[in-house]
Amino acid sequence: MAETENTSSVLAAQSHQVAIEASRRNKIRNFRLLSMPALIVLTIGAAGPLLIMLVYSFLKAAPYGGVVWEPSIDGWFGVFLKKDIFDGTISIATAHLSILWRSVNLSIQSTLLALILGFPTAYFIATRSVQTRNLWLFLITIPFWTNLLIRTFAIMQVIRDQGIINNFLIGWGLIESPIEMLYTDFAIMLGMTYVYLPLMVLPLYASIEKLDFRLVEAAYDLYATRLRVLWRIIIPLVRPGIVAGSILVFVPSLGAYVTPRVLGGGKHLMLGNLIELQFGQGRNWPLGAALSIFLLCVVMGALLIYVRVAQRGTTEHV
Amino acid sequence: MSEVQVRRKQFAVRKLPGFQSTAVLCFVLLYAPIAALVIYSFNAGTNIALWEGFSLKWYHVAWQNEQVQEVTIRSFIIASVASFSATLLATLAALGTTRTENYRGRTAIYALINQPLMVPEIVTGVALLIFFAIIKTVTGYHGLFYLMLAHTAFCIPFAYLPIRARLEGMDISLETAAQDLYATPWMTFRRITLPLLWPGVLAGAMLAFVISLDDVVITELVKSAGQDTLPTYMLGQLRRGVTPEVNAISSALLGVSILLVSLFYILRNR
Repeated sequence: MAETENTSSVLAAQSHQVAIEASRRNKIRNFRLLSMPALIVLTIGAAGPLLIMLVYSFLKAAPYGGVVWEPSIDGWFGVFLKKDIFDGTISIATAHLSILWRSVNLSIQSTLLALILGFPTAYFIATRSVQTRNLWLFLITIPFWTNLLIRTFAIMQVIRDQGIINNFLIGWGLIESPIEMLYTDFAIMLGMTYVYLPLMVLPLYASIEKLDFRLVEAAYDLYATRLRVLWRIIIPLVRPGIVAGSILVFVPSLGAYVTPRVLGGGKHLMLGNLIELQFGQGRNWPLGAALSIFLLCVVMGALLIYVRVAQRGTTEHV
Repeated sequence: MSEVQVRRKQFAVRKLPGFQSTAVLCFVLLYAPIAALVIYSFNAGTNIALWEGFSLKWYHVAWQNEQVQEVTIRSFIIASVASFSATLLATLAALGTTRTENYRGRTAIYALINQPLMVPEIVTGVALLIFFAIIKTVTGYHGLFYLMLAHTAFCIPFAYLPIRARLEGMDISLETAAQDLYATPWMTFRRITLPLLWPGVLAGAMLAFVISLDDVVITELVKSAGQDTLPTYMLGQLRRGVTPEVNAISSALLGVSILLVSLFYILRNR
């Protein structure tokens, strides 16, 4: 008798368990369903086409744009190499390499310049009183949310031959003829620094804000100089922020399209412009697709480092 | 305590030489070009480098320009559709991914939602150009729907983030209380969850609208002939050099963006 009671209570408990499990599964299914519409739109309107592009990079280019459905590696071949039309000799595509080099070089330069300007700014904001911090942060983010094209126009007008800087310098008699700044690599570098600077300041601020200033104080107590404190205490402690900010500036710079087009004047191309060209005048879709995937891989590599560092950063602070 | 304060006065622990002036310089550099652009949009002269007195002439010229009217209306139609649908989808997705146990596939959902933030715009633009070219040859449809779809997709993460942040900060006990009082799930959502979530939803919509309104790269690649939006029209005008008219349009667009972003911040901090 006692035994049957026992088994029935075990059964009841088990069926109760099963019911809980079923309702939990049901809940999770509902949660998944809620995300579905967004995921479908994102798959059609953003992620899925990337796969089609991957397929296109292995097809043959049609003469007036588009592709012929024949497998070919010409697209990928063209990223670094070129074949002479007449005698078929293969050589390195120096034009592409120089564009690639410009993209990497200018992106690194603007990342460094953004770091030099952004670090003191983030430090300044992080050491304000709690109430004023938000205002300063707001001032940093406002330009970031305003139109990138307009900010590029703004920079353009400052550095033009008849722009504010040159007019000012000539007006004061410091120079005779305007310094040519627009439509140079320098202009592109400056423009990218300008438009992506907030992306450097925000993660740096987040790191510096968490900095334990007792460590800084301890270093001063041990007779460290200011430079030494900066170099040996502050910078190592905020390194996750430095890496995060640098990657957040480097990545969009590498894929920049608008800034080099406006400030480079169509002569100083970057990777983004080279890609666009293949779908415009170049009419070589497979090459454009291959270049895009190449860019995507570099960017994903950089973001992977970002995620690693960000995770390490959070565990260190916990 | 007072001893520490006295020490702090003697020696500023947080101060680093040159940092404050660099920061001030940084803010000046950030705002000076924008300020110059706005100031020169009120210039009476045709030469954008020479100040010839205050005038609203170029705003009037831009306002009268039929092409500008057309692209502005198109921009606002696309941004409205995109921000509305992106916010709707993002709200559902946020409800489905926040305040739950960590179920299988949730990380994948996060990754897909944030995907437009990670992939360079030029890459997404080119991929969409290829994809839509296929659909265009199959269906023969060349309308605005493609731009609306593309804009909706890349606006979703921008709408999603503030909504999710709001949801995470919300007190779940109010909803539990409603359920205890025999409210149906729909009623709980309508009367408790949605009103509490509303500032987040509005903030997400504002951000999505600004992002859609400002997009150049994806629009430039996806648009068919005669589908210019305000930014791509302005980029096209560049061949004739920057005219004071473009300055006026830029300043007006800048005003709209700053207004919406300020509203976003106010809503987010509510």
